[in-house]
Amino acid sequence: MSERSERLDTSVVIADQVRMGFGDVEVLRGVDLEVDAGEVACIVGPSGSGKSTFLRCINGLETVEQGSLRVLDQQVGFELGNGKYHPWSAKRFATFRTDIGMVFQRFNLFAHQSVIENVMCAQVQVAGRSKKVAHDEAVAQLERVGLSEHAHKKPHQLSGGQQQRVAIARALAMHPKVMLFDEPTSALDPELVDEVLVVMKALAEDGMTMVVVTHEIGFAREVGDTLSMFADGVIIEHGRARDVLDDPQHERTRNFLASVR
Amino acid sequence: MSVRTAPIAHPVDGREIAVARPKHVWRWVAGIVVLAVVAWLLWEIVANPRLDWSIVGDYLFDKRIIDGIWVTIEISILATVLGLVLGVVLAVMKLAHNPVLRWTATGYIGFFRGTPLLVQLIFWYNLAFLFPILIVKIPFTETGVYWDTNAVMTGFTAAMLGLGLNLAAYFAETVRAGIQAVDPGQSEAAYALGMTPAKRMRVIVLPQALRIIIPPTGNEFISMLKTTSLVYVVAGHDLMTNASQIYKQNNQIIELLIVASVWYMVMTAIATLLQSRLERRYGSDAVRMVRKGGVADRLLRKQTAPTAGVLA
Ligand SMILES: Nc1ncnc2c1ncn2[C@@H]1O[C@H](COP(=O)(O)OP(=O)(O)OP(=O)(O)O)[C@@H](O)[C@H]1O
Ligand SMILES: [Mg+2]
Repeated sequence: MSERSERLDTSVVIADQVRMGFGDVEVLRGVDLEVDAGEVACIVGPSGSGKSTFLRCINGLETVEQGSLRVLDQQVGFELGNGKYHPWSAKRFATFRTDIGMVFQRFNLFAHQSVIENVMCAQVQVAGRSKKVAHDEAVAQLERVGLSEHAHKKPHQLSGGQQQRVAIARALAMHPKVMLFDEPTSALDPELVDEVLVVMKALAEDGMTMVVVTHEIGFAREVGDTLSMFADGVIIEHGRARDVLDDPQHERTRNFLASVR
Repeated sequence: MSVRTAPIAHPVDGREIAVARPKHVWRWVAGIVVLAVVAWLLWEIVANPRLDWSIVGDYLFDKRIIDGIWVTIEISILATVLGLVLGVVLAVMKLAHNPVLRWTATGYIGFFRGTPLLVQLIFWYNLAFLFPILIVKIPFTETGVYWDTNAVMTGFTAAMLGLGLNLAAYFAETVRAGIQAVDPGQSEAAYALGMTPAKRMRVIVLPQALRIIIPPTGNEFISMLKTTSLVYVVAGHDLMTNASQIYKQNNQIIELLIVASVWYMVMTAIATLLQSRLERRYGSDAVRMVRKGGVADRLLRKQTAPTAGVLA
């Protein structure tokens, strides 16, 4: 456990033998992971190993079929009542997700809205804030990611790195308790990767709990508290980020790290 | 292809040699033949001794004709609005998880696309045979509102309902295509930010689907302007009904059809102009490119969106 997570003893994510699949294909085959408050948990692993699927389970975009996944003290997707777990309504899922920010590989900015509208939209539509409050918050978040001058541009007028920073600002504006990043720099030209990592690093230093799927080993080493190696739907190696990177125990981890370095 | 006029250097001595203008013999022949045929046909009509152009002029601004134009516009707008709204509802139903909603929408679309519009119009007009009284009441009580069906189902309402319900069936497919063309990542982001499915649809997906939905909408409306002429079978008091009532009295059938055609063309032209504006506002860049250089484009150039060039 990292020093940071020892100070705060609440677990934000507790995955216990999480399993799920698409049809006959089992994608997650018993994932165990704990993420503490304030921790930066990095996830690496080859393509198709289930990293994105696991991340999407955390905010309920996919449904866990077996095992238990608790996030922010809730069993994701189910409510305990009268001795039974009852599936959540769409509305309950929506409420749950307001506490979880997600950043996608392909940014997914709302294409019909300007940058500032992107950052304001959920604040007004979901959190019920007034336009004024939402606008001030959006301005502050855009400042934080260094994009104040671009507030009135449309997403397609920005570079990939800028779009991803807007996506981060958009998630942060909802004041999430945990942020999920799914390969946030994989779709970027190499020279644009750093501007996004810088923002993420600042966020980690502010104490945000983060689960980050990434192939940026440098980032994992510098910012990550823990690192989990996914392969074939399970975590085959887990530990302090630096330990795993410097001295991987598993043959597949060694090969994988050699391939992305 | 452009025509080259600059001289070409001779390969050996480098002398500049002029380029001859191409002679498009067959272009000329084809052009002249087509012009001749068109001119002859027009002349046969315009100069036909049995066609009285003064009657066309007399009736062009006849009160009944002008009244009919307004009714045509009214029916077209109301039916289109009804069709669009219901079409969106049907499209969303067709994409719903609930199988009952899906089947209902599929059944509706199958029925209204599978039967002729003319049959549907006459059916609505004669609804009173099936239901002499229309009732809206609270179930299991006697409290409610009652109407005489024949009083409600005038030619006008039958026309509006018939055309609107029919359009909805066709439009639903357009809307569905529009919704499905929106990148699924947009929905994911909306859900991840805490939107419910309905909110995601209304705030994120439909506004983007408009880019695909709007251009055909213009076409639907333009075709609706002319399809309204069918409602003369239910006496909808539209342009065509009124024109036909006049020619049934005076027997000047062709003259009144010309009067009606002139007005349909005027309405279509205006609607086409409005359509270009709509496309400019909402249409995709692809649509914009296809239309570039058209008459409407030149007329409306000042409207060009400030961001148009960026995606090029
Ligand atoms: N919606 C889906 N339907 C069916 N199969 C899916 C679906 N989503 C993912 N899969 C499959 O699940 C497996 C794991 O996918 P996932 O996206 O989680 O992998 P990943 O580790 O994120 O890989 P990558 O590094 O390529 O993003 C893959 O084999 C993929 O084909
Ligand atoms: Mg992935």
